[in-house]
Amino acid sequence: MEQLIQQVAAGLANGAIYACLALALVMIFVSTDHINFAQGNLAMFSAYLVWQFLQWGLNFWLALPIVVVISFIIGVAIERFILRPLHDAPVLSIVVVFIGLLTIFFSLAGAIWGHTINAFPSPFPKFNFPGAAYFGPHQIGMILTTIVLLLLLFAFFRFTPLGLAMRAAAQNPASARLAGVRVDWMLALGWGLAAAIGAVAGTLVAPVVYLEPNMMASILLYGFAGALIGGISSPGGAVAGGFIVGVLENLISYFGDVVQNLTGLYIIGNGEKLSVALLIVITVLTLKPAGLFGRVSVKRV
Amino acid sequence: MPLLEVEGLKAFYGQTQALYDVNFSLEPGGITTLLGANGAGKTTTLRAICGMVRAAGTIKFEGQPITGKATEDIVRLRVGHVPEGRGTFTNLSVEENLRVAAYTRKDQAAVARDLDMVFEYFPLLKQRLGQQAGTLSGGEQQMLAISRALMLSPRLMLLDEPSFGLAPMIVQEIFRIMRRINAEAKVSMLLVEQNAALALDLADHAYVLETGRVVMSGKASVVKNDEAIRKSYLGY
Repeated sequence: MEQLIQQVAAGLANGAIYACLALALVMIFVSTDHINFAQGNLAMFSAYLVWQFLQWGLNFWLALPIVVVISFIIGVAIERFILRPLHDAPVLSIVVVFIGLLTIFFSLAGAIWGHTINAFPSPFPKFNFPGAAYFGPHQIGMILTTIVLLLLLFAFFRFTPLGLAMRAAAQNPASARLAGVRVDWMLALGWGLAAAIGAVAGTLVAPVVYLEPNMMASILLYGFAGALIGGISSPGGAVAGGFIVGVLENLISYFGDVVQNLTGLYIIGNGEKLSVALLIVITVLTLKPAGLFGRVSVKRV
Repeated sequence: MPLLEVEGLKAFYGQTQALYDVNFSLEPGGITTLLGANGAGKTTTLRAICGMVRAAGTIKFEGQPITGKATEDIVRLRVGHVPEGRGTFTNLSVEENLRVAAYTRKDQAAVARDLDMVFEYFPLLKQRLGQQAGTLSGGEQQMLAISRALMLSPRLMLLDEPSFGLAPMIVQEIFRIMRRINAEAKVSMLLVEQNAALALDLADHAYVLETGRVVMSGKASVVKNDEAIRKSYLGY
C-alpha cells in the first residue's frame, strides 16, 4: 500500500510536467491547428538558458522570469519569421519545419553547452510537512506551479479582452478580422505563450531527468499523450490528461512488478513505460478522437 | 463628400477575375442595395471593400483610399461587415461575441451604451447572453451578426444577404430593425440581397450587377419599376 501511494504521488509529480507540456502543445494547436514537435526541445533550450544564468551566479527566481520572457520572444519570432512565410503551405511542409526546428535546437544546445549530462538544482527549499514521505519538495513544487500556471491562463483567456480576442481568432479568423482583431499577431502570441509555458516545464523537469540536449524526447511523447487524452483543444483537459498519463504510467509498471513478484512472470515494467504512452495515444485516437474533455463543437445549420 | 466611392474596382480569386469594372458611390445616411444574380459579384464587392479579396481600382471611404489595406485596418475606420453565413463565433457565448466585436474600442462608456442599444433592438439576445452562440437559431445568429457590426459603432454597415435561409416572418422583423438602425443610429448601409423585392423596399438607391459590372443604377423606386428588372429579378 505504502508503495502504491508513493507511485501515485510520483505519477502526479511527473504528470505535472506532462501537463505543462501538453498545455504548450494545446496553445499552438488551438490557434494554428498544428502540433509543434519542436515544443520539447524548445523547452530543453529554455532549461539550458536558466542553467546558464545560474552558472553566472543569478538567483533562480530571477533567472526563470528572464528566461520565460526570452522564450516568449523566441516563440513569437519563430511564428513571425519562420512560419508566417509558410502561411499557405501544406501541412507536410509545416511538419518538416517543426522537425527542422527540433534538430536545430537540439544541435544548438549541444554546440553551446555540450552533450554531457549536468545536474540541475531544485529551486524549491527542503522542508518538512505531512505527507513528506510520499512527496518530495520538488514534486510538490512542480504540481503547484502547474496548477498556478493553469489558473493564470484560465484567467487570461476568460477575463481579459486580449484573451477573448485570441479565442475568437482561433475559432473564426475571418470574423475576428471583421471585429478588428489582428489575427496574425494572435497566432504569434499563441506561440510566445506556448514557448513560455514550455520554458517553465523544461526548467521544472530538469532537476528530475538531469540536463542534457535529449532530456525532453520522451517527455514530449508523454505530454503529447496527455494532450490527446484531454482533448487536444482543451487547456483544462490537457492538464488533466497530463496528470492521468503520469499516474497511469507509474501504476502500470507498479502492477507489473506486483504480478512479477506473485507469479514470477514478467509482463510489463519500468522499461515499457514509454510504450504505455504510445499505447495511450493510439487508443485515444481510435476510440475517442475528441479526447475525454475535448468539446465537439455544436453547430446548427 | 460621398461616404464610399468605388471606381474601376476589379477583384480576383487566385487567377480568376470576379469583378471587372465596378463603379458606384454611397451618400452618407442612406441605404443602398446591390442587386444581381448568383455569381454577379455582389458578395465579392463587399469583400473587396473590406480587403478580404485581392482587389485593384479605387475604393475611398470618407475620402481616404482604402484599396489594398488590411481588413483589420479598414474595420478600425468603423466599417461594420455582416458577412455571408453570419460569421458567428460558435464556441463563444453570445456576450463574448458582442465583446469581441467591441475589441478595438477604448471608450468603455460608449461601448456600454451601444450594448444597451443592441439589447433594445434585439431583446432576445439579452436573454441568451450566456448561451453558446452556435446553439442560436439562424435568425438569432443573424441578429447577433448585425449586433456585432453595431458594436463597432460603424459609420457604414455592409450587409451580405441578411435574409439568407430565414423564415419570411423573421426576415420581415430583421429588415424592420435594419430600417430603425439606419434612421436612429445614423448608420449608412450597403445591402446585398437575393431577395430583390425586399431590398428595393428598404433601400433608397440601387445598383444592378451583372458578371462583375454595374449595368444599371438609380433610385430604388425607379429601379423597382424598370421593365427589365421586374422581369429578371422580381419575377412578375
